[in-house]
Amino acid sequence: MTTASAPTRVELDYSGGERLTMNMGPQHPSAHGVFRAILTLEGETVVGVDAVIGYLHRCHEKLSETLTYAQYPSIASKTDYVAAMTSEFAYVMAAESIGKIEVPKRGQYLRVITAELQRIASHLLWLGTWCMDMGGALGGGATIFLYAIREREMILDLFESLVGARLLYGFFQVGGTRYDIPAGWADSCRKTIADIDSRIGEYEGLLEDNPFFQARAKGVGLISRDLAEDVGISGPLLRGSGVNFDLRKSAPYSSYEDFTFNVPVETAGDCFARYRVRMVEFRESIAIVRQALDKLPDGPISSRPGLKSVAQIRIPKGEAYARVEGPRGEVGCYLIADGSAKPYRMKWRGASFSNLAVLPHIIPGHKVADVVAIMGSVDPVFGEVDR
Amino acid sequence: MTRQQARTSIGERFGSAQVEGELPASAEATAGKPLVVTLPVDQWLAFARFAKDTLGCRFFSFSTAVDWKEQGLEVVAKVDNLDSGLAVLMKTKLGPGVSACQSLVPVYRGADWMERECYDMFGIRFDGHPDLRRILLGDDWVGHPLLKSYAVDTPYPPYR
Amino acid sequence: MPAWLTPLIAPFIVLNVVIGLVTYVTLLERKFAARMQSRIGPYRVGPHGLLQPIADAVKLMMKEDVVPTAADRPVYNLAPIVFLIPCMLIFATIPFAPGLGVADLNIGILFFLAVSSMEIVGLFMAGWGSNNKYALLSAMRAVNQIISYDLPFIFSALVPVMLAGSLKLSDIAAAQAGGAWFIFYPVIGQLAFIAFMVATLAAENRVPFDILEAESELVAGFRVEYSGMKFALIQLGEYAHIIGSSFLGAVLFLGAWAGPGPEYLGPLWMLLKAMFLFLVLTWIRWSFVRIRVDQILTLSWKFLLPATLTLLVATSFVVVWRAGGF
Repeated sequence: MTTASAPTRVELDYSGGERLTMNMGPQHPSAHGVFRAILTLEGETVVGVDAVIGYLHRCHEKLSETLTYAQYPSIASKTDYVAAMTSEFAYVMAAESIGKIEVPKRGQYLRVITAELQRIASHLLWLGTWCMDMGGALGGGATIFLYAIREREMILDLFESLVGARLLYGFFQVGGTRYDIPAGWADSCRKTIADIDSRIGEYEGLLEDNPFFQARAKGVGLISRDLAEDVGISGPLLRGSGVNFDLRKSAPYSSYEDFTFNVPVETAGDCFARYRVRMVEFRESIAIVRQALDKLPDGPISSRPGLKSVAQIRIPKGEAYARVEGPRGEVGCYLIADGSAKPYRMKWRGASFSNLAVLPHIIPGHKVADVVAIMGSVDPVFGEVDR
Repeated sequence: MTRQQARTSIGERFGSAQVEGELPASAEATAGKPLVVTLPVDQWLAFARFAKDTLGCRFFSFSTAVDWKEQGLEVVAKVDNLDSGLAVLMKTKLGPGVSACQSLVPVYRGADWMERECYDMFGIRFDGHPDLRRILLGDDWVGHPLLKSYAVDTPYPPYR
Repeated sequence: MPAWLTPLIAPFIVLNVVIGLVTYVTLLERKFAARMQSRIGPYRVGPHGLLQPIADAVKLMMKEDVVPTAADRPVYNLAPIVFLIPCMLIFATIPFAPGLGVADLNIGILFFLAVSSMEIVGLFMAGWGSNNKYALLSAMRAVNQIISYDLPFIFSALVPVMLAGSLKLSDIAAAQAGGAWFIFYPVIGQLAFIAFMVATLAAENRVPFDILEAESELVAGFRVEYSGMKFALIQLGEYAHIIGSSFLGAVLFLGAWAGPGPEYLGPLWMLLKAMFLFLVLTWIRWSFVRIRVDQILTLSWKFLLPATLTLLVATSFVVVWRAGGF
């Protein structure tokens, strides 16, 4: 479809057919946030895409140089705000890596439980919004959206009883976690994931056997393995293109090696393959949460509990790149510390930034209707793209 | 390609590069930790090609820059070999007052947006980049925010 | 009653009933969809939301009429009216009970089909006059789709015509008296019914064929620039068309006014059957995702049109065979 050096900006030359430039502007029901795609159309076929981002840019990287290691984790959740737990994870892991701070076992298990619950919640939102993009807010898509949101609400209730917040938490701290699970939380967690487990099969049945859904998702948005690695996409997109790479298995962190789970890989590289990967990930995350709850050890939750002042944590000179397998892919934090209470430089490697960079390479050649289907299956969150 | 093989190979081809990354007592001790390679500026693109072709690092993770104040800017990029787990963190110091560097786009397509962000935030011009323009900030923004000389509360009407 | 008054009263009554029906059908759809999505739907405005359509109508009447500066004024302003009139006109030939209808033409169904395809003129005027790329794209898709699906619509509607032997809708209804509804006609009846339902969905831009308004891509398509009363007129036209097609389906396939009980319950059975068809269409709408425009056109030209054509030929053979012609 496109060669290695396809330009992202298309020059309008009228020598071949009549071309129309259409703006899928920053305000759009299916832009998944603020995203502007300038589409060049020939009839219904897209021949060029210029992706304009930066509408949500808050310069987290500059901000982190002014905030201490104790203050920043709650702000970190605002990058990937749909999966806030995994966003905070990368930053605290980077700080702990430089400062050689040990996290107690219980803290690690709690981190795993919340990260996997967050993965389930994020994928539920993905499923709902993707179907809504393809089916219309007044139509079949909205039905699945409402079912998925109903399940997601149950998980958000769990988080609310744990942290006090539903969407953006300040749960992770350098050294461990901030809160411990209250009494009865483990049981309600088990009940919730049992409920969700029973309903995933329902959604699969509703969607997969439907020839309309298959027609919209199969063969659409093919990402070849070579393109995937070259651009640096990660997560379900990479695994949907045939690359068996999951950070939880390849470079295990925070006791992930204690759990047994599978990593789904599909080779087709189209929207349907990515959908299958995420549906299997639901079940795998549920399995991990169950194992973690069963094996949850006792002990402290943090090696630096009870912070008295914001400048209490000082990280010695050094640098580290810590990465976490978020629902969207590899969320990384490249941190350079200089011995004070604030970082010298922090680079946030957002999964969605790299994932979105693949759009100008795969969209040309598809119809306008496929643009939304592809964007939905790429599942960008613009807090991560723009930071 | 293990870390040891990679180190030897890099040492052979790029004599003037410094390679850090402790010799591990066991393979697990450095699992996931990248091999840090510091290069002179003119070997930036050549090393990237070497990393992709010889070391097998086909996965482009990220590329960014650091402002070391008087010592100048430094460009950092990380590439991975997903099959063997080898990761290479390439660095190059541009030198005081210099803000031009070779672009990695001919080798890795993912460098496209990453280098646009470096240009946007640091003002580094990448030679060989097909379409170097601002990506996150508006096209009419003046200044490069992530430089240490740019204060956090710089007024910028009408936003601030 | 003076002779010149009847042709004025009947349409007046029918028009009012239709408009009232259309407004309350929106509530029915919302409640039905809500139950499918495990929620309740409109509940607070009036008992169980029964005053919701009235509230919506009042709101739409009071809204500001925003007209884009660069819109083609005459075309833009006329489009909702040109769209609405055919959608209302289709009720002219539908018989609600034996002898109860506005104009029981002897080309009844032909009139219905011809007039209902005129709405596309209004639709295209709306898309063009809005001076908006989204609206234009949607209008182009509309022309494609509605024209492609009008043919299978006509052919599948012709099957009951051939089985009854007349274009007059009251004749078709009478031919189904005694429980011999055309939907029960072996094979041909069911196939024609399914083709009719699919073609209806497509001719009225309902999901899965609503690529026209494709909320998530074109943000309301050809009606994106309309607000207030003009939007209400377009909405009215769309729902009137759907109800009209449901009534037509009830007449053609479900035996019109036939039903147990005394004769004067005829219109009630008619209404119930039409509502049943409408609910089937709504059920489909809220369960499926939409398909792309090229897939819609493929379905029509490569599959539905040859299929309905074959069905028509087969029906003709069956009719002649039944009449002992062979």
